[in-house]
Amino acid sequence: MSILINRGTKVIVQGITGRMARFHTADMINYGTNVVGGVVPGKAGESVAGVPVFNTVKKAVAETGAEASLVFVPPPFAADSIMEAADGGIRYCVCITDGIPAQDMIRVKRYMYRYPKDRRMVLTGPNCAGTITPGEALLGIMPGHIYQPGNVGIVGRSGTLGYEAASQLKTLDIGVSTSVGIGGDPINGSSFKDILERFEQDDQTHVICMIGEIGGPQEAEAAEYIRDHVTKPVVAYVAGLTAPKGRTMGHAGAIISAFGESASEKAEILSAAGVTVAEHPSQIGDTVAQVLKRAA
Amino acid sequence: MDIHEYQAKEMLAGFGVTVPPGALAYSPEQAAYRAREIGGDRWVVKAQVHAGGRGQSGGIKICDNEQEIYEAADGMFGQKLVTHQTGPKGKGIYRVFVETAVTVERELYLGLVLDRSSQRVMIVASAAGGMAVEEIAAEKPDSIVRALVEPAVGLQDFQAREMAFELGLDPALTRSFTRTLQGCHRAFTELDATMVEINPLVITGDNRMLALDARMTFDANALFRHPQVSELRDKSQEDPREARAADRGLSYVGLDGNIGCIVNGAGLAMATMDTIKLAGGAPANFLDIGGGATPERVAKAFRLVMSDTNVQAVLVNVFAGINRCDWVAEGVVQALRDVSVDVPVVVRLAGTNIAEGQKILAKSGLPIIRANTLSEAAERAVGAWKHDRSQGFNPRSAASANTLRVVS
Repeated sequence: MSILINRGTKVIVQGITGRMARFHTADMINYGTNVVGGVVPGKAGESVAGVPVFNTVKKAVAETGAEASLVFVPPPFAADSIMEAADGGIRYCVCITDGIPAQDMIRVKRYMYRYPKDRRMVLTGPNCAGTITPGEALLGIMPGHIYQPGNVGIVGRSGTLGYEAASQLKTLDIGVSTSVGIGGDPINGSSFKDILERFEQDDQTHVICMIGEIGGPQEAEAAEYIRDHVTKPVVAYVAGLTAPKGRTMGHAGAIISAFGESASEKAEILSAAGVTVAEHPSQIGDTVAQVLKRAA
Repeated sequence: MDIHEYQAKEMLAGFGVTVPPGALAYSPEQAAYRAREIGGDRWVVKAQVHAGGRGQSGGIKICDNEQEIYEAADGMFGQKLVTHQTGPKGKGIYRVFVETAVTVERELYLGLVLDRSSQRVMIVASAAGGMAVEEIAAEKPDSIVRALVEPAVGLQDFQAREMAFELGLDPALTRSFTRTLQGCHRAFTELDATMVEINPLVITGDNRMLALDARMTFDANALFRHPQVSELRDKSQEDPREARAADRGLSYVGLDGNIGCIVNGAGLAMATMDTIKLAGGAPANFLDIGGGATPERVAKAFRLVMSDTNVQAVLVNVFAGINRCDWVAEGVVQALRDVSVDVPVVVRLAGTNIAEGQKILAKSGLPIIRANTLSEAAERAVGAWKHDRSQGFNPRSAASANTLRVVS
C-alpha cells in the first residue's frame, strides 16, 4: 500500500480551466492518475483534457464519485474552494496555491473540524508541490519521472528541495512509497506529525525521510511524536543554516521568530529524538541509503 | 509588511484603543509647531523607523519646550538609527512623531500573534511591560499570561477579564483593558495583521490606560483586500535591493557573504546557501526565482545579484522539473549575454533533460563553470572565489568589467 492516494483514487481538479491547471491536468493523466473531472463555477458542460467540468464540487462528486481534489484556484478564492471540497464529500484535498492569507487558512482549519473525524477531509498544502505515489498516481505539479516506486516515505515543506531529495534517491536506485508536500505556509492543512502517523501505519514504507526548514514549531512537534510513537527509522534534513533571524526566506512560513525555530536547533531536537540527521543537503540520499541498509 | 508607530496608533485608535495626543512632523520646524498644536508642557519626540529598541539608541527624546523639540528633531532627521533590530546599517529617519508626555504608573505588555502551533490568534500579556517580549520570556516567564481566540466566535470579554485579573489590574481598569484588547483583536482580524503589539501599554498617574507605543505587521498575502494598508508601505525603511526584487516578483534577502545565489524554490535556495557555508564560503543573498525559472527571470536575477558589490562569484542552482534543463540552460546563456557579469559563474542544473542542458552550456562558449551535484557546485563557487582572493584580484574592480573571465 501507499498513503493518501493510489492508482484507483478518483481525482477532480478545482480551477481546471486555468492555464497552469490545464497543463498539469494533462500531465497527471499522462502519469496515470485517475482524473475524473474538474470544477469551475459557471463552466459546466465544458471539458478539459477529456474530462468533464462541473459547476460545484457536490455535483462533481455525485456524477463521478470523486474522492480527492487538487485546488488550483487563485489565492483570494482558494480558501473558499477548500471549504467547498470539505463540504462536498472530498476525502483528500491537495492545495497548490501559493499566497493564501493566513487568516483564511485559520478559518479553513476551523471549518474542517466541524465534521466528525470519520468524515473529515484531509488537506495537504497550501503552497506545496503535491503528493505522489510513484508508479500509481500523482496529485500535484512535480515531475513524476524523478520518483521511482519503493519503500521510502518522503514528507517535506519545500517543492524543489523535495525533488532534489527524490532524485538523489533515484540515483542510488532507492524508491519512494509516497512523497507528500505539506507546503511552506505558516498555517497548513497537515503537519509533519500528521503525515508521519500515516507512514508509520503504512506497510510499504520502511524508512521515512523528512525535509524541514526554519520557522514554526512543526519539526519540534514531529520530533516529540517520533520519540514516542514512530518505530520506523527516520532521516531528516533541515534547511536554512545561514538564514538570519526575523527574515522571511521565500516561504511565508520560513521565518525564525522564536527559540527552537532555527535550522541548527531543529536538527538538534530531531537528533535527540533518535532521528538520523543529514548535515549536508547533498547527503540526504546517502543517509537514507545507510539507514535502509541498517534496517534491512 | 511593517508600518510606523504613528500609523499603527492611528489605526488602533480607530478600533477604540486609547492613545496619547500626538502629531507627525517632516521637519524640526514642523515638530515644534505640532507640539504647540497638541498643547501641554512636556512632549516626547520619537523617530519613526521600522524597528524596536529606539529608546536605547537615541530615537526617543523627552522635551520641555519648543526649542528642545526643535533640537531633538533636528538631531534625528536624515540620520540612520541603529538599534538591535535594524542591523549595523540602521534605518533612515525621515519622519518624527511628537506626542504628549504622560506620567507612567505601571507598564504592561500586550501582543497578538498568529500561533502556528494551535493555528489560532494568540494573545500574550505581561505585567512586565517596557522591555522586549524576548527579554520578558527569558527573565520573567511567570509574568506572561496567554489566551487563544476561538476563530468561529472571536475573542470573548471573559477572556480579557481573566487576563486583567491575572495581571493584577485595578478592577476599575478591567473595562478599559477589555476595550483595548477587543480593539486590537478586531484590528488584527479585520485588517489581516500577523502581529499587533502595544509595548508598553501604560497606566497613567490619573489611572487611565494608554497605548504608549504600538507596532503592527500585516500579512503580505492579504494586502490585495486592504488597499488602505498597502498605502502605508514606506520604502525608505526597506533594503533597496529587496524592495526592487519584491517589485519584480522575486524573493530576495541580502546577506553579508560574497557568493551570489540564484535558485528556484525557497527550500532549495536555503539548502544551496547551507552548502556554500559547509564548503567554507558565505552566501551573499537568498534568492528564489520561482519554480518556473524563465529566461527573463534568470536575467532579472543576475542583474539583482550583480548589483551587490560584495558579490565575487555566482552560483546558479536550478532543479528543472516540468521546465526542462535545456530550456533553463538557454535562459542562463541568454541572461549571461544580456547582463554583464564580471565574476566566475558556476551553474548546476538537475532534473529533466540534463544532458541537453549541459550541452547548451558547453557549446555557448561562455566561461561557465559547470557542476553536477549541489556540493560540487558549492565547492567550485567557493573555490573560484578563494582563487581570486589568493591572487589579490578583485574581479569587481577589474577594468574589463563586461567580459566574463575564464577560471580554471
